[in-house]
Amino acid sequence: MTFKRPYSAGLAALAVGLFAATAAYAEPTINKGDNAWMLTSTVLVLLMTIPGLALFYGGLVRSKNMLSVLMQVFYTVCMVTILWALYGYSLTFTGGSYDFFGGFSKAFLMGVTADSKAATFSVDANISELVYVCFQMTFAAITPALIVGAFAERMKFAAVALFIPLWATLVYFPIAHMVWYWAGPDAISDAVKAIAAAGSDAAAKAAAEAKLAEVNADAGWIYKKGAIDFAGGTVVHINAGIAGLVGALIIGKRIGYGKDLMAPHSLTMSMIGASLLWVGWFGFNAGSNLEASGGAALAMTNSFVATAAAALSWMFAEWIIKGHPSVLGAISGAVAGLVAVTPAAGYSGPMGAIVLGLVVGVVCLFFVTVIKNALGYDDSLDVFGVHCIGGIIGALGTGILVNPALGGAGIMDYTTGKIADYEFGAQMISQTWGVCTTLVWSGVGSAIIYKVVDVIVGLRANVESEREGLDITEHTERAYNM
Amino acid sequence: MKIVMAIIKPFKLEEVRDALTAIGVHGLTVTEVKGYGRQKGHTEIYRGAEYAVSFLPKIKIEVAVASDQVDKTIEAITSAAKTGQIGDGKIFVINLDHAVRIRTGEADAAAL
Repeated sequence: MTFKRPYSAGLAALAVGLFAATAAYAEPTINKGDNAWMLTSTVLVLLMTIPGLALFYGGLVRSKNMLSVLMQVFYTVCMVTILWALYGYSLTFTGGSYDFFGGFSKAFLMGVTADSKAATFSVDANISELVYVCFQMTFAAITPALIVGAFAERMKFAAVALFIPLWATLVYFPIAHMVWYWAGPDAISDAVKAIAAAGSDAAAKAAAEAKLAEVNADAGWIYKKGAIDFAGGTVVHINAGIAGLVGALIIGKRIGYGKDLMAPHSLTMSMIGASLLWVGWFGFNAGSNLEASGGAALAMTNSFVATAAAALSWMFAEWIIKGHPSVLGAISGAVAGLVAVTPAAGYSGPMGAIVLGLVVGVVCLFFVTVIKNALGYDDSLDVFGVHCIGGIIGALGTGILVNPALGGAGIMDYTTGKIADYEFGAQMISQTWGVCTTLVWSGVGSAIIYKVVDVIVGLRANVESEREGLDITEHTERAYNM
Repeated sequence: MKIVMAIIKPFKLEEVRDALTAIGVHGLTVTEVKGYGRQKGHTEIYRGAEYAVSFLPKIKIEVAVASDQVDKTIEAITSAAKTGQIGDGKIFVINLDHAVRIRTGEADAAAL
């Protein structure tokens, strides 16, 4: 899903060299090792959502709303899975002339069979397209599930049921297309080889160069702005985070917010959930390398150290400021670290990832304590404060830490087959494009969707339901019969 | 007959039970309760949310005894449950008009 992989530099250059003299290009083959890793990563990302995210969120609400949160997360996974197969994959990962969304050429997974191939980041190293469909499906499923935390404990289930498919369709699929859709290394490599093959034939060369320009233009809006996002800092976290904030503002505060005791009903569940998130996140980040290569190992390393650093920085900062280190602080810090390292996972060096983690732990703590209270909105589970703020720090931090001079991996230029020169200013502008486009598209899109849902079914549970708890009133069940 | 009701610190329950058994009290009802007296509550912090929790968990024990046993019972509970710190709890004595053992139908003193 990301694009510019340093590890394929040698391979790409070799391929260009080997085939420069002839115009006969080998058909890319499916690499079984990469395929095996992607099958594994896919189920790891599912584990993040169910039960990881569900338990993390569920433990943080009052016991009367436990099942409502579990249900909303589980429903989201099932609903988005179906949408993804029907048209989501096609809208996200088909090309053409659209910068903001794909087309319907692969709707109903048309033409995608067990023999179909999907590009990775190396020339001639493909994976099964169906495993790519499923891997990306799990990303599409977790992102709207993250939003649930912002309006937890007061949204009607019917409203959630309608909001989720609309949001996935109008916000997630387009943003994922904008950030991650590109023609792939094989297409670029073929175009580059064609230019070399043209030799001194001016007309053929001009045609080949036009073809290369066309291949490079076949990509999403944010991709073409040069923004890099390894595993979904913009697509997943900023996207869900801003949608959560908009939802919290539109639906309003929970009854008794700021007065009643709204303590988490089981931090034990939340700790289990956060830990499963961490485990599953290796599929998310190292899997986003699409190949079982050194790049995946780098993403794994960064996902270990950034997470640990952020958990420690949140915990120690809280200890210093509030006088006690809290379990909720440590696990919140870990999640913030995972969020921040997501876009940086395959680009930063490990020491850079530690710095990123240390920074994000403290900034998110500051945000969810001081700034959130100053602004007074009720984002129940801090989806904005952790995912959006952490995501922005990660997206901008990636622009800095990718610098090879800082131990970063650099950005691959597939046209030249080399790591591109790093330019701080240009990269930060690119990253800012990614952040701002996502904030605006998701912010505005989400607001419209909430309003539409409000008109059709009403967003908010009635006062009696909210007081009684959504488990009984929406689902006629209790989480705990003891 | 009297009911001696005591609110004690939860971790003192076993000591109180032992002390009551030692003076010949053979039955006891225990309830987990929350409340406050002179002991202050505590603060709970969950990210940015801080809650002053004033109701603390306590154990309420209720024991029915003959009137001449009341002083001994109070003394047993007091000595077992005392730590000397604020929050040790209180003892209330209430008149008991009538008692019946359900299994046998025995009444009053025979039922205790």
